[in-house]
Amino acid sequence: MAKPMDQYKWHELNVGCVIEEVGNAMEYKTGDWRTMKPVWNDAKCIKCGLCWLFCPDAAIYQNDEGFYAANLDYCKGCGICAKECKPGAITMVEEER
Amino acid sequence: MKEGKTGIEVSIAASIAAKLARVEVVAAYPITPQTHIVEHLSELVANGELDASYVNVESEHSAMSACCGASAAGARTFTSTSAQGMELMHEILFIASAMRFPIVMAAVNRALSSPLSIWGDHSDVMAARDTGWIMLFCENGQEVVDSIIMAFKIAEDRRVLLPVMVNLDGFSLSHVIEPIEFPSQEKVDAFLPPYDPLYTLHPDKPVTMGAYGMPELYTEAKYAQEMALIDSKKVVIEVMDDFGKRFGRSYKPVETYNTEKADTVFIALGSINENIKTAIDMLKEEGREVGLIHLRLFRPFPSDELIAALKGVKRVAVIERAMPGGAMNSPLFNEISSLVHSNSMGIQLNNYIVGLGGRDVNPEDFHGIIDDMLSPEAKKETPKEEKNYRVIGVRG
Repeated sequence: MAKPMDQYKWHELNVGCVIEEVGNAMEYKTGDWRTMKPVWNDAKCIKCGLCWLFCPDAAIYQNDEGFYAANLDYCKGCGICAKECKPGAITMVEEER
Repeated sequence: MKEGKTGIEVSIAASIAAKLARVEVVAAYPITPQTHIVEHLSELVANGELDASYVNVESEHSAMSACCGASAAGARTFTSTSAQGMELMHEILFIASAMRFPIVMAAVNRALSSPLSIWGDHSDVMAARDTGWIMLFCENGQEVVDSIIMAFKIAEDRRVLLPVMVNLDGFSLSHVIEPIEFPSQEKVDAFLPPYDPLYTLHPDKPVTMGAYGMPELYTEAKYAQEMALIDSKKVVIEVMDDFGKRFGRSYKPVETYNTEKADTVFIALGSINENIKTAIDMLKEEGREVGLIHLRLFRPFPSDELIAALKGVKRVAVIERAMPGGAMNSPLFNEISSLVHSNSMGIQLNNYIVGLGGRDVNPEDFHGIIDDMLSPEAKKETPKEEKNYRVIGVRG
């Protein structure tokens, strides 16, 4: 958004609250909902990319070495990646804050 | 369509009106008494007479959802429903208005079950009155045709962009044959240009519709929607005036009948107004002057026009075809009462429930209502009971 949500006046909103700016969901960091987070054991990882494919929030990225990790700004700790990981390289561990 | 008037069932006429408006998508699920409207539209599409997509859906919830999708994609969209069907699409009615989709729906008003009833009253639309739609009510078949054509012009105006519900009474309008004059396609095309949407779902220019609204923004979003609905009244009036100039039939949000000499008036919605006019003519023969205020526009509520119409009025009988559901009064009465009291107009208001589930309402019933209003009991200022209305004709 061009400015923070709490600064918009009612008449400044687009008709039907249409958002014309593409990709601005990135600005809303939803990772703080998480109670569990995925942790990769790269020794077990076969770089198949299933975790990346199944992540419902596109929060998993591949690093320069070809291994995977979660962007914790957006990961909600749903555990789908750990469930789908065939070699069992992902463990869900409790989030400590 | 030939020139002049055609004897035709009002439902068929309604579907022809949608065709004249060149609708591009129809998504509907058949339900009595709306059936003939959507059946005929389906035939028009199947026969190639109407170049539109007819979406066969499995429910009214899906019908309104498909209409929202079609409208979001930029199509001129039409649907129709009744009673339980309107209840089933209730959730999506709010979405259509909040996302500002200019969908037009012919609402063929019918009683709600149970007891199961396919007959007419206003229970369905009154349960949907606060869904953010513009709501027009029709007195006769000609008005249904004209209102559907006007509804698209109102809905699609860039100052409005809201869905419009054209209400017509089940059976007493939908299934009667009336002499109706259809405007020519050329004149309708000149009045109603193709829909030019503000935003569309198109890959060339991606936008987000229906995004999440955080507490920081939701109030402003709903306020903006409410202001658009309130402000739509001036467009409704403009469109009605323009229609009158082009087609020779003029409409107003609030109309009156025999109110010049009368200090006692009825206020009602829909086709029952024709019965009331008959009753008023009969009372006139007896030397009694009674008037009628006919609300053609119900949402946004035409307060200024009603205040003007109520000038000099001493007694009002609000006639309604829906049970209050535990409220002190029926919905229309509550709004009239709010208007009268907040403007300190000092008018005696009485509330009468009639014609539930298709029960006939005769001119004699309105004679009885006038007698009741003049009784000492009816005049009392503060109602003592929780039930501040009378149900006409209820036995026991």
